[in-house]
Amino acid sequence: MTLSLAALGPALPELLLALSALALLMLGAFAGPKSTDTVNGLALAALFGALVLVLIGPAEATLFNGAFQVDAFGRFMKVLALIGAGGTLAMSVDWLKIEKQDRFEYPVLVLLSTLGMMVLISAGDLIALYMGLEMMSLALYVIAANNRDSVRSTEAGLKYFVLGALSSGMLLYGASLIYGFTGSVNFAQIAQAAREPSLGLIFGIVFTFAGLCFKVSAVPFHMWTPDVYEGAPAPVTAFFASAPKVAAMAVFVRFAMEALPNVAHQWQQIIVFVSIASMALGSFAAIGQRNFKRLMAYSSIGHMGFALVGLAAGTQQGVQGVLVYMAVYLVMTLGTFACILSMRRKDGMVESYDELAGLARTSPVKAFMLAVLMFSLAGIPPLAGFLAKYYVFLAAIEAGLYTLAVIGVLTSVVGAFYYLRIVKIMYFDEPAAAFEPMRSEPRVVLAISGTFTLLFFVYPAPLIAAAAAAARALF
Amino acid sequence: MTETTWFDTLIQVLIIVAQSLALLVGLLIIVAYVLLADRKIWAAVQLRRGPNVVGPFGLFQSFADLIKFVLKEPVIPDGANKGVFLLAPFVTCLLALAAWAVVPIDAGWVVADINVGVLYIFAISSLGVYGTIMAGWASNSKYPFLSALRAAAQMVSYEVSIGFVIVTVLLCAGSLNLSAIVEAQNTSWGILGWYWLPLFPMFVIFFISALAETNRPPFDLGEAESELVAGFMVEYGSTPYMMFMLGEYVAIMTMCALTAILFMGGWLPPVPIAPFTWVPGIVWFLLKVLLVFFMFAMVKAMVPRYRYDQLMRLGWKVFLPISLAMVVIVASVLHFTGLAAAGG
Amino acid sequence: MSLAALFFYLFAGVAVASAFMVIASRNPVHSVLFLILTFVNASGLFILIGAEYIAMLLIVVYVGAVAVLFLFVVMMLDVDFVELRQGFLQYLPVGVLIGMVFLAELVLVVGSWTFGAGVTGAVTSAAPGVSNAVAIGRVLYTDYVYFFQAAGFILLVAMIGAIVLTLRHKENVKRQSIPVQNARTKAMAIDVVKVPSGKGL
Repeated sequence: MTLSLAALGPALPELLLALSALALLMLGAFAGPKSTDTVNGLALAALFGALVLVLIGPAEATLFNGAFQVDAFGRFMKVLALIGAGGTLAMSVDWLKIEKQDRFEYPVLVLLSTLGMMVLISAGDLIALYMGLEMMSLALYVIAANNRDSVRSTEAGLKYFVLGALSSGMLLYGASLIYGFTGSVNFAQIAQAAREPSLGLIFGIVFTFAGLCFKVSAVPFHMWTPDVYEGAPAPVTAFFASAPKVAAMAVFVRFAMEALPNVAHQWQQIIVFVSIASMALGSFAAIGQRNFKRLMAYSSIGHMGFALVGLAAGTQQGVQGVLVYMAVYLVMTLGTFACILSMRRKDGMVESYDELAGLARTSPVKAFMLAVLMFSLAGIPPLAGFLAKYYVFLAAIEAGLYTLAVIGVLTSVVGAFYYLRIVKIMYFDEPAAAFEPMRSEPRVVLAISGTFTLLFFVYPAPLIAAAAAAARALF
Repeated sequence: MTETTWFDTLIQVLIIVAQSLALLVGLLIIVAYVLLADRKIWAAVQLRRGPNVVGPFGLFQSFADLIKFVLKEPVIPDGANKGVFLLAPFVTCLLALAAWAVVPIDAGWVVADINVGVLYIFAISSLGVYGTIMAGWASNSKYPFLSALRAAAQMVSYEVSIGFVIVTVLLCAGSLNLSAIVEAQNTSWGILGWYWLPLFPMFVIFFISALAETNRPPFDLGEAESELVAGFMVEYGSTPYMMFMLGEYVAIMTMCALTAILFMGGWLPPVPIAPFTWVPGIVWFLLKVLLVFFMFAMVKAMVPRYRYDQLMRLGWKVFLPISLAMVVIVASVLHFTGLAAAGG
Repeated sequence: MSLAALFFYLFAGVAVASAFMVIASRNPVHSVLFLILTFVNASGLFILIGAEYIAMLLIVVYVGAVAVLFLFVVMMLDVDFVELRQGFLQYLPVGVLIGMVFLAELVLVVGSWTFGAGVTGAVTSAAPGVSNAVAIGRVLYTDYVYFFQAAGFILLVAMIGAIVLTLRHKENVKRQSIPVQNARTKAMAIDVVKVPSGKGL
């Protein structure tokens, strides 16, 4: 088999990211530190270019013997991942410059990590899955320790790396078992071979799912999340919370739906357990937190639990729920982190959300937007977060998972407590000193995100329809 | 039935043992004189006489040294890690000798004609670094340890460019078998058809890297006597020391032989017409090996030692990019001119 | 017993024994040396099954490069293993438990081993007369080019990461710049001054 360049068309977004990462690396290495702004700008342009290419690219294609597949599902998730990466990169530029952590390698690593996500999202076999996962994660380990003179940042990087390596090991172990018992690494062929669950296959599934759960930070593989979120520089945390979660969830869904549809009843129980545990831990453990980034870590654990409810259903509707949920989660996360990034006073960053006291009086618009996001994260109707939860719970109920749905609703009530406490602090506490004015990029991100969250219920049809089309691609 | 199989196996083993022994004896005698030649050339460049007392013109000097080393008492330092300390010279010596198993000294004259001969030599020479590290570490002394770190980092660094140089030769020859590589250079052009001409930059890089790989001057940072006394061998004396010297010179011979095979047509005569083709291949091979060794010796006598950072710079910032670029260039030329060997 | 079988038991036995010594020996440097011995024996086993290319690469890459760096680190770290082992007994029950779980799983998995449909058919040897290196080369850059490139990017990320996290440009360090040195000319370096006698400069 020889590949002609023209045949690589469907992989154009990936090629663009890869080549621009290489070019920018050369630019940065030869032009030195003064090129950081240029590299940042060009990296953003590359992400945007990849986004455009994904949107105008072919709807269906398979390359490299099925290792790389383009379909509606992949395109949906790739758009989300690119928006997440682009949004956080845009917000981080100024922040890193003020904190004197700006290096030209940062945008390059973000690009390479995003490339890993794209490979991951369109993975059609286990090797591509593992390659994408490693490419994404390795870059993440490095940027977690981006502030290398801070003990907390390096600790975050190291912790993430060690636990990540462990999870990769589990994933590989599982993948090799699956390969051994089905005779193929290709998802479609695994699905063919895995009609009857065998003991080896089940062990393989358990280990692979453990590795994937680690990447989406679902209980019981969530231990790294709070420490890494707290230790890493804030823009890096924003990045962690957005794009990689989307990519990992995408491959989780794709792997479960494409490779293991015939043994669904085997893995469903695992997902149900993981989902319940994540929702519960995300709700209860967050109550005691005062650090906003740590709180967001527990919040994201909880949200992953909610998204997994859709996967647990194992139906097309469930997948659609997951997709809608990830889209809404991404937007809310970006908006919230836009606020966290602008919690800066003259003497530096603050991270405790008590510092938000009386924000409603010092900067009412920002407070309103953040309040909207908090209500939405809590799942208060009619905001976007509520609709997202509605879709996954609906899918769960239709699949007969009543207990799961009930527990999900209950934990979201518990979770509402700490989101609403932030709103209370902003609106009813005595004002603390005002923050520095927000920079323009976080301001734009917050505005878009807040408006989307607030008005999503007015016209949800396009997103819902796109998610439905994407979900259909897997069935 | 079983008896004949046993017998056949036995015969096979005996043949291999006999071949190896013959090669070994020949190699050791040559090494003895090469050592002498090294000292003589060095002396000649410096207008000295060199060793000239033992035997006519000092011809038995190496054997006298051998007897002296063997008869002396080996001293093991008190704090040394005894097992590793004694293992290190054996490792160095054995690995150096093992490399010769795949070297074809004439058409078909090779102990083990394996498919991946080049890789085998490459692997063995990369193992050679362990003798140095083990010696440096086990001596439990500062100079040897520093020297071991230096020498090991140096050898690992230069292996990278050696690897790429070998790749260019492999691309041209289309095989990893050493005999096949020599045969691929067998054209009617004679000496002009050998790879040193088309791959001249690679030939130069390979020669210089071979100096660094064997810790020869001007890259003998491992034993830089002005800074580190005698490097990783400081604590060694008598027979273990001799084994290090032996290993070192055998490794040098291996590199000379590899240069002769990869770039200078191995056992092939320089002009493929009548009087030259009558000379046995092994003579040509030996002449070529000795020619390369002469260059090694001249470099040692004439070029001052590099500083360590310059050495590393040369390896990583000059040789690596050039050889990497050459791999791409050679591959493209072969691909686009259709000259690519039809890989066997 | 044929010669090949003899060598198999030799390599396999030494490999297993030295693998055990890796975890059993008290001195970390000895552990690494035993690890290297394990690698070499594994490569011997590869040769026995006719995979000489992989065998050589195993030695060149793992023994010749990776393990050397490993040995460097271990030799230079001042690890007090006695101290490290102090918590050993404390974690022993958990360790044993996890070990038993893994062992049980392995036994279960191996016990239920059956070949999946079409597995035996999928394993085909390369055409006769094709050496290993050629056989690998034929698929590596065609069928598996995607994975090859992806792996390349992963290594690139690792390299960038190592540089980002450790490279520090120290102040006040004089560095040699070869291009600047080479660009110096006689006119730039030497200034001929006529010094009148008895006046000084």
